[in-house]
Amino acid sequence: MDRNQTYRNRKRALNAVHFVALFITMAIICIPGLWIVLNSFRPTVEIMAKPPVWTPSFTLEHYRNMFGGAGEGGVPVFSYFRNSLIVSVVSTTIAILIGMSGGYAFARYRFPGKAGYFVGLMLFRAVPGVALSLPLFIVFARVGIIDTHFGLILAYVAMNVPFTIWLTDGFFRQIPKELHEAAEIDGCTRWQAFWRVEFPVARSGVASAAIFAFLTSWNEFALASQLTRSVGSKTMPVGLLDFTAEFTINWGGMCALAVLMIIPALVLTFLVQKHLIAGLTFGGVKG
Amino acid sequence: MTEVNLSNVIKDYGKTRAVHGIDLGIEDGEFVVLVGPSGCGKSTTLRMIAGLEDISGGEIAIGGRVVNDLPPRERNISMVFQNYALYPHMTVRENLGFSLKIAKADQTAITKAVDEAAGILGLRDLMDRKPAELSGGQRQRVAMGRAIVRSPDVFLFDEPLSNLDAKLRTQMRVEIKKLHQKVGNTIVYVTHDQVEAMTLADRIVLMRDGHIVQVGTPLELFNTPVNTFAATFIGSPPMNLIDGVVSGSNTINLAGGLSVPVPSRVRGLVRDGQKVCFGFRADNLMPVGHSVEEEGEKHELELTISLTEPLGTETLLFTDVAGNEVQAKMLNPRPVRPGETMKFQLMLDKCHVFDAASSEAIRG
Repeated sequence: MDRNQTYRNRKRALNAVHFVALFITMAIICIPGLWIVLNSFRPTVEIMAKPPVWTPSFTLEHYRNMFGGAGEGGVPVFSYFRNSLIVSVVSTTIAILIGMSGGYAFARYRFPGKAGYFVGLMLFRAVPGVALSLPLFIVFARVGIIDTHFGLILAYVAMNVPFTIWLTDGFFRQIPKELHEAAEIDGCTRWQAFWRVEFPVARSGVASAAIFAFLTSWNEFALASQLTRSVGSKTMPVGLLDFTAEFTINWGGMCALAVLMIIPALVLTFLVQKHLIAGLTFGGVKG
Repeated sequence: MTEVNLSNVIKDYGKTRAVHGIDLGIEDGEFVVLVGPSGCGKSTTLRMIAGLEDISGGEIAIGGRVVNDLPPRERNISMVFQNYALYPHMTVRENLGFSLKIAKADQTAITKAVDEAAGILGLRDLMDRKPAELSGGQRQRVAMGRAIVRSPDVFLFDEPLSNLDAKLRTQMRVEIKKLHQKVGNTIVYVTHDQVEAMTLADRIVLMRDGHIVQVGTPLELFNTPVNTFAATFIGSPPMNLIDGVVSGSNTINLAGGLSVPVPSRVRGLVRDGQKVCFGFRADNLMPVGHSVEEEGEKHELELTISLTEPLGTETLLFTDVAGNEVQAKMLNPRPVRPGETMKFQLMLDKCHVFDAASSEAIRG
């Protein structure tokens, strides 16, 4: 009886420790985001107040200013948004098409040097983007694609393809090869077997890869800050720099633009989340 | 006519030869089972017929047409896989109709064929479910339904019952046999389970190490195995084999001090001093008074029981002969204690003698 009580107490204590640990972890992850959202609606004096103001007041001033004229703290939000959207969507689409084909090839075909290629791709991914910015800057400048959508798209595709290959390879590996064999026997060509059977089964994996690729491009700052400079090509993360002056930083405006940046990412994740739920392959073959 | 012919078919994986030039003719409407232990090349052979594996040499013809280099879709075959390979994102109805949809058949024809197959296999209530919502047996039936919908020339089954539990396996075995009687197509069926092979096949092809060991009807393989491998692989329990040496022309001295007369069938085919393997099935060694009253050459032996396995209508008796476990069968069983010595009747004319060096059967 006493031993039971001891184990029960230990279990309760462990649960409590888990809960507290989880809470702290989640707080560390969420509080910066929350700070950004809250500060985008607070007057500048309150953001900078010492000691902090615990009962915040509400204002849309930062949003109004951001969309206002250049002299009133405004930035070309629509241009930045358009640039970000074009670069992210196009680079994600291309990276997914290439990455999915590559992932499929790695998962399904045997070819000489396969392991070497794979490790090579992963190593390429390990190089920090910022280390590439100078060589890329020089090459792009020579070729004449600096400060263009095309240049940034090219850089992002190269950055995203290895990761997409790695992710989709894992998903295609989980699909038994008998599925495409069955489809081929049912009359499909290899291509039809892929599009009609394997792709729909692997779409959760492809969707995950797409989200990761999109978010990487959408949020990328280091390369974009080097490779873009005009309103015609600057993306939103680079646009955030518009709020910094020589001696001051417009925290409120920066937070407002950051919120605008977060919204599309949230919407996209929400839209494709049902595809992210794995387990679509269960049942087709013996589990 | 949809006979299948394999001539000198070879399969190499790099430097390893998996199938060593096999020749096999399968007649129209025949149910042929390829059976053998793991790695014997049976599944590879089936996959080569399906077109899922390229052949390294030889020729495969389906319905008189050489199909060596044709893709699977051009061979008019259907295949049921061991793991079912149902399309997980489609309902049962869509799974069944997929091949016809790919073939661009019109919707009425698809519906008719799908309904017919669903009727044959009892799938009507499951049509709108996804594979994940089906039990193992139901998935197996859908896989079979998908195979019959397109009315192929040849059905290929790759160990389709391996993933089912024992009871369901027996049930599905009957369904497959019924299906064959109903549709009458040529079937090539791969299994490692000799019971499945015996119960389903018109003809069994026994394979080992990429070679065909024996081809014949189930009873031919059971009654006249060509070597010790066939003798032990086919039949349950497997054939008892005891090493022995021919003494004179009429006696075989078995290991463990027993001796038996040379069966009259093989008398004159063995020579004095020849090392042999003496084989007999449990059905041919029965305790006196608990056996089938049959005319024929008989020999009595006295053996001590080490273990019994009562099966209801009969009991398997285990004895030990010079380290070899020998099984006998007791009809109208009575309780038997381990250690009890009993008199047995060996049906000599049903016994087999194999050459010990080559393992081949000695037969007149």
